[in-house]
Amino acid sequence: MINKILKKRILIPDKVSELTVYAPHIAKNARPGNFVVLRLTPTGERIPLTIADRDPEQGTILIVYLVLGKSTALLDTFAEGDTILDLCGPLGKPTHITRSGKVLCVGGGTGIAAMHHIAKGNYEAGNQVISVIGARSQDLLLFKPELEKISAQVLVATDDGSLGHKGFVTEVLKKYLEDNNDVHEVVAVGPVPMMKAVAGVTAPFDVRTIVSLNSIMVDGVGMCGACRVSVKGETFFACVDGPEFEAAHVDFDELMMRLNAFKSQEKQSMALFEKRQ
Amino acid sequence: MTKKRKRKIVPRVGMPMRDAVERGKIFSEVALGYEREHAVKEAKRCLQCKKDTCRKGCPVEVDCKKFINLVAQEQFEEAFRIIKDTNSLPAICGRVCPQENQCEGSCKLRPTGQPIAIGRLERYVADNFYARNSCEEETGFMECMLPDESLKVAAFGAGPSSLTLAGYLAARGIKVTVFEALHEPGGVLVYGIPEFRLPKSVVKREVESLKHLGVDFRCNFVGGMSVTIDELFSEGYKAVFIGVGAGLPRFMKLPGENLVGVYSANEYLTRVNLMHGYKFPEYDTPVPEGKRVIVVGGGNVAMDAARTAYRLGASKVTVVYRRTKGEMPVRREELEHALEEGIDLEILASPLSFSGDEHKNLNKVVLQRMELGEPDASGRRRPVPIEGDTFEMETDLAIIAVGTGANKVLTQTTPDLKLNKWGNIEADSLTGETSIANVFAGGDIVTGAATVVEAMGAGRIAAKEILRRLKPEAVQE
Repeated sequence: MINKILKKRILIPDKVSELTVYAPHIAKNARPGNFVVLRLTPTGERIPLTIADRDPEQGTILIVYLVLGKSTALLDTFAEGDTILDLCGPLGKPTHITRSGKVLCVGGGTGIAAMHHIAKGNYEAGNQVISVIGARSQDLLLFKPELEKISAQVLVATDDGSLGHKGFVTEVLKKYLEDNNDVHEVVAVGPVPMMKAVAGVTAPFDVRTIVSLNSIMVDGVGMCGACRVSVKGETFFACVDGPEFEAAHVDFDELMMRLNAFKSQEKQSMALFEKRQ
Repeated sequence: MTKKRKRKIVPRVGMPMRDAVERGKIFSEVALGYEREHAVKEAKRCLQCKKDTCRKGCPVEVDCKKFINLVAQEQFEEAFRIIKDTNSLPAICGRVCPQENQCEGSCKLRPTGQPIAIGRLERYVADNFYARNSCEEETGFMECMLPDESLKVAAFGAGPSSLTLAGYLAARGIKVTVFEALHEPGGVLVYGIPEFRLPKSVVKREVESLKHLGVDFRCNFVGGMSVTIDELFSEGYKAVFIGVGAGLPRFMKLPGENLVGVYSANEYLTRVNLMHGYKFPEYDTPVPEGKRVIVVGGGNVAMDAARTAYRLGASKVTVVYRRTKGEMPVRREELEHALEEGIDLEILASPLSFSGDEHKNLNKVVLQRMELGEPDASGRRRPVPIEGDTFEMETDLAIIAVGTGANKVLTQTTPDLKLNKWGNIEADSLTGETSIANVFAGGDIVTGAATVVEAMGAGRIAAKEILRRLKPEAVQE
């Protein structure tokens, strides 16, 4: 049945899970970088989630979510066999992948899942993939085994030093760029401060740097402009002009501020949800 | 009629209305609709002119003279059939058409200021005398032919143009599947026009009746992304209609326009209408709160947003328009309703910049004072800034309603589709066919933002051509 959750894999208990969802038309047309918009109940909101992988033969897509607010908390109560009420996609412009050489894929936190699909697309296009992933600690690192399969190297940074470099991914990234001058492109997906820091790190190296932005969206198909971002002083819609943009020109501070636009209502919604659980 | 009666102007029968104070806080429909005696009395005012200019004024050429005469004679079901003969969504048109520029604008009584209230009569008939089943609605017969599954037609977008096309074809035995990107069919009728102007139950009724005719609706399918035109042809569809509307909101490229607190009317209205944000937190989608609201624009969308903000608790709502009241494209009745409800107008003004507090929340707009200059291409006098004449308004919510452009999602993924310089699809005016054979288009994606009834007219043109090609024996004319 369409939109049925075939498999649920808990990646970090109560925080991050991965769902394999039956949606053949999305699986068929999805490309790295695309996302879906989903709605769980008739009173629910529409939320965007990146497609972490797809299997056109099985007709499935993989979505990974971090429990952050009411809708993701509700999604976390869904089990195998449950059906997602509305699932729309694939949306957004796919990552522009050309056979170019060495591509550095940077992922932070849940962003690693989204980055995985882009890394895989680069691998399949014949590019050499260097993955740089970071999280607070070792047990919060997602998709490491999957990335090892498609990457020439997986570099790790953890805040607590439990694995790899103790510190931020940007420090690993910087060192790699200093030591290697053959990187053709950097792609970064993660929290906004991380992506902003990546933009800062790569700027002096003159390497094309792409970030995938996670703006607030309502329809996800270019109709409302909730997701607008400033790039080089011009306004774009992340849902149809993006979600990927050249990092150097993105106004990350504006993005941060716009992401907080509904903070108080989000809190209210979450509190109500927890009370009812 | 007696000949000795002097020509005296009999005023239009007024529309029963919810009280302005009461309705200012609720989303229930404002115009309550005629009762039987109102309708008959109004219909009897019709002069039954020899030359029925009213019909020519209607984009779908409803036979106004005939149906009004039937109403006057209290033959409502027959009147309904006459309307339905050319207009597949009369309950909607009776509510949202700008009749003053269309049928009523062409009425012989117009110069007296009291044209026949054709829209109100249409609504009365459609609300009270809809047919016994969907088949009768479309064809006048109680039974329709079952759709022929081998004659498959797809439509992208479930707004007025596609709904019209689907109804016309399904009633004539063609299998229509409508692909809609959002989770509910209706397009602008559900995400854009508020409940107080067009109850969602009216739209639902129309969609349900199409389902009875065998039309399939597949929501959450984005044309060009979830499903492509090529895929549909390879799956055996014989024709594809593109009715995806003009959904891309325009902004003004002003400083501060991306501050928290500045929204497109599309976003604001979608949050409220489609997502039911006015019932937050029962519904999950929040609506931005504003006490001092400005809405920029002079059309129906601007007025819808303003009245919505007022209903959601704003203490002051000001519609800012760069020309004067007379040039506002809004439907007259909506402007009157808005003013009755307490919406303020700030004419001959246009925003220059928005500014915010230390958290980048909007708190002020700077406006430019305008004056009217020479007429422009549209025939309206052009607004010209008065050098140095600016003023400020405190505001915590600004809604931009200055129009919409063509959404690129489908056209970007279908490179063979020929577009004009504005990104709208080029379609033959007689058939609706695009630069790709058997791919048709109509409504706002072709014309740019226009009216519901014009989109319906385009859906009907394409439907007729598709029928002629797929099933010539079913063509009646």
